[in-house]
Amino acid sequence: MKADRRHTVVPLAPVQTWWLLATGIAAFLPLTLQVPVWLSVATGAAFAWRVALAWWRQPLPTRWVLVFVTLAGTAGVFLEYRTLFGQRAGVALLLIFLALKQLEARAPRDGLAIVLLAYFLTLTQFFEDQSIPVAATMLATLAVATATLASLTDPRDKPPALFRRAGLLLAQALPFMLILFVLFPRVSGPLWGLPADAYSGLTGLSDSMSPGTINNLIQSDAIAFRVKFDGPVPPKREMYWRGPVLTRLDERTWRPGEKAIARELPYRPLADGPLFTYTVTLEPHNRPWLFALELPLTLPPGAFRSTDFQLHARKPVRERLRYTLRSQTTVTHPGESPDTLAAARQLPAGLNPRTREVGAGWTADGSSDAVQLQRAIDFMRERTLVYTLRPPLMDRDVADEFLFDHRRGFCEHFASAFVVLMRAAGVPARVVTGYQGGERNPVDDTWVIRQSDAHAWAEVWLAGRGWVRVDPTATSAPARIEENLAAAVPAGDPLPFLARGYHFLRDLRYRWWAINNAWNQWVLGYDPQRQRDLLERLGMKSPDWQTMTATLAVLCGAVLLALTGWMLWRRPHPDRVQRQWLRLTKRLARRGFPRHDWEGPQDYAGRIVQVLSAQPTKAAEIRRIAALYAGLRYGRLDASSFHELRRRVAAFKP
Amino acid sequence: MLHKLREALHERFVAWALRTVPPEPVPIVLTQRRVYVLPTRAGLLYAVSLVVMLIGAINYNLGLGYLLVFLLVGLGVATILHTFRNLAGLSIGTGAAAPVFAGGTARFPLRLANPDRRERRLVQLGLPGQPTIAADVPAGDSTQVLLPLPAARRGWLTMPRATLATVWPLGLVRTWSYAAPALACLVYPRPAGAVPPLPTFAGLQGGRLSSDTGDEDFAGLRRHQPSDPPHHVAWKAAARQGSDAPLQTKQFAGTAAQALWLDWDTLPAGMDTETRLSILARWVIDAEDAGLAWGLRLPGTTLARGHGPDHVHACLKALALHEG
Repeated sequence: MKADRRHTVVPLAPVQTWWLLATGIAAFLPLTLQVPVWLSVATGAAFAWRVALAWWRQPLPTRWVLVFVTLAGTAGVFLEYRTLFGQRAGVALLLIFLALKQLEARAPRDGLAIVLLAYFLTLTQFFEDQSIPVAATMLATLAVATATLASLTDPRDKPPALFRRAGLLLAQALPFMLILFVLFPRVSGPLWGLPADAYSGLTGLSDSMSPGTINNLIQSDAIAFRVKFDGPVPPKREMYWRGPVLTRLDERTWRPGEKAIARELPYRPLADGPLFTYTVTLEPHNRPWLFALELPLTLPPGAFRSTDFQLHARKPVRERLRYTLRSQTTVTHPGESPDTLAAARQLPAGLNPRTREVGAGWTADGSSDAVQLQRAIDFMRERTLVYTLRPPLMDRDVADEFLFDHRRGFCEHFASAFVVLMRAAGVPARVVTGYQGGERNPVDDTWVIRQSDAHAWAEVWLAGRGWVRVDPTATSAPARIEENLAAAVPAGDPLPFLARGYHFLRDLRYRWWAINNAWNQWVLGYDPQRQRDLLERLGMKSPDWQTMTATLAVLCGAVLLALTGWMLWRRPHPDRVQRQWLRLTKRLARRGFPRHDWEGPQDYAGRIVQVLSAQPTKAAEIRRIAALYAGLRYGRLDASSFHELRRRVAAFKP
Repeated sequence: MLHKLREALHERFVAWALRTVPPEPVPIVLTQRRVYVLPTRAGLLYAVSLVVMLIGAINYNLGLGYLLVFLLVGLGVATILHTFRNLAGLSIGTGAAAPVFAGGTARFPLRLANPDRRERRLVQLGLPGQPTIAADVPAGDSTQVLLPLPAARRGWLTMPRATLATVWPLGLVRTWSYAAPALACLVYPRPAGAVPPLPTFAGLQGGRLSSDTGDEDFAGLRRHQPSDPPHHVAWKAAARQGSDAPLQTKQFAGTAAQALWLDWDTLPAGMDTETRLSILARWVIDAEDAGLAWGLRLPGTTLARGHGPDHVHACLKALALHEG
């Protein structure tokens, strides 16, 4: 390794500087949107500075300038994140180091640091996004980084040659990657505590609802979860994906009520009702609950059910989670605890006086809860309420202002006002949030439920029937439930892009989703469970980590051997010119005149000519052949001479 | 102490790695068995980085992170193969090393032959403790490399084992091998700097070289050698014969030349052997430069009068190998 040390004192060649800049920029560009704007701008400026220095061949900045820039950058990161050790702060610092290393790289060894930093930054990009396009950018970055490594070793080649070499190396790396990916024993969960800001980018339904909560959420096209039905599929209008149940109203915010873990199923399945079996692939949303088709009869492993029929996970869902459930859309309820029913009648004092007056007015004739329910539905229908994604701002008495003043609102206004109305009439009622509907992808027959499908509806307790779902939004905008968001809102309202129907793109979109789903299931969601399943399906008896490691080693060894064999034992077949020459020498050797190893064609021919001096025509022929061969192989003779060589060799009789 | 131990271990490894007692017969083929592979410092850093990235991917459960790390692992393995192939299978032949004077640098010619269909690039060759020389060997072709080694003392300088190494293509892995072909370079004695004048002139002319001395009697013409002094070229003959004809050199047999014997015994009695050899070497060079013919007398050896490059070589060789 002494030779290496001597080698690294060589300064970077200009072409190597350009390669390093390319690697740095390739690692930096995908991160521009993930880091604060000032950092993107500052890093971009540092790169531009370096490009300018390289272009005009100016010397690199002095050490003091770099120290100042480092301190300024670090201070900026600290002010931004209030720490230097979080995940995001770490990414920001790495980016600063990358930019600074560009400004002080003088020797190939510094170049290696830049390439390694680029690898790290490529990895950090995955905190935010692991989609297929990001994988494609990763490959591009790797190609540039590998070509840069090749250039650091041997700067003489032109970029196309370096890219070809990088491409060949990466192509040969692929089989190892596949084997390692499938067989490297997976462990689940973090190895240690993650920084507090690790999952700040995840979105989803929260466990409280105030005007605007869901409205913000539905602007997002992000996928909440995917569902694959095994067997019958319920009609779309029956697809209510139950999430947090909100019983308590504080001022204008709905929150979960008192609840306990339900040890047994709190409702009864219908013996002859339709049963739906389905698998949910839930995107991480950093909340400890799961979504299920109302109402689930089974529990995923590790989950539990609360007394308000909500499914909970033991910890926040921070990685993609897959679970299979069975549900019935209609169930029977044996009874409900008095405490729960009492909580479902509570209303904060002094709020929504007009709504309460209407509700209280209905209680005078002592009619049943079912009648009150019908009255409430009719009342809301008569108000000719408008469903809109841009509801006016409502201040305090949200139900009053919605029902009597603005009469324009979103599903959360409908649900909230309806529950207030029912409670005023003395009927137990609560708000249920979740998602409604979804979109079926005909390519792989999965249902995709997006954040834009977020919804809020109501549940009413009717003696003898139990909890009955009422969707007050449906009374005003039934299209919202029957079809899509796009059909329900007035034209001109802003809609999330994918909710609009561009039919000519729809097929492509479905295909893309199907590919994405496969990617999520098999690449991003390849967890210990899936690994075991796959290996068992491939015929491995007990795929524990020892077996996996052993198989891994054997397969990698086999690929290594195959590649080595392919590369090393591909001995050269002599080219066509050489083959002709060998034909001749072989014939002469049989006649007792073998060519010595150290003899060139001319020397050999000279010797043979002397031996054959009695036969001048043959001697001349050999001289001619040797001259042709030497000219073709070492000189400037072109292909047409090859035909002459072949003809003469074929005709020659020693 | 540790350093010495390391040296000793290294020498043991080299002895084992050569698999034969040097010198080896040429051509030496670097078979796969005698090519060794280890990561470079850069390769170690690369490996450590991959471990850190793998831990990150596990901790944050980044499926794409696993793909990235495993692809880079594969890249490392592929690099090992490429670096290995860049060296393995190379065949090494030798040329003849041109003699040098002591104090100069001997250059040992090695011929690298590449039987494969792909070029081998940046093969670093070096002798122990000497700077390395990078060579490319085109596909199906060969390249000659001159390995420098300071020649300190006169006599035969045998080439120590050469190290052939390469980190191509990515610099992450170093493959290397040793070769110890039989190759020696003749080292002439270092010519003395402060020269006593050539003995003949010292006697006859008081040490002054003059153009007429030793050039008096024209003895004939012979074919011109590049080393002949230009004033001995038969320019008139050349003009007569035209430009295509080879140049001729005039030969002289002057009385002074006849008298020129470079004799060990003419040097002062108290002078030590190396100084004597040094002065004699200088005289040989000076005599040839002056276009003289001379003989050399050493204890036990006498070289007859003559001149020209072969004679110079014979005399210097006798001086180089003189024992005593």
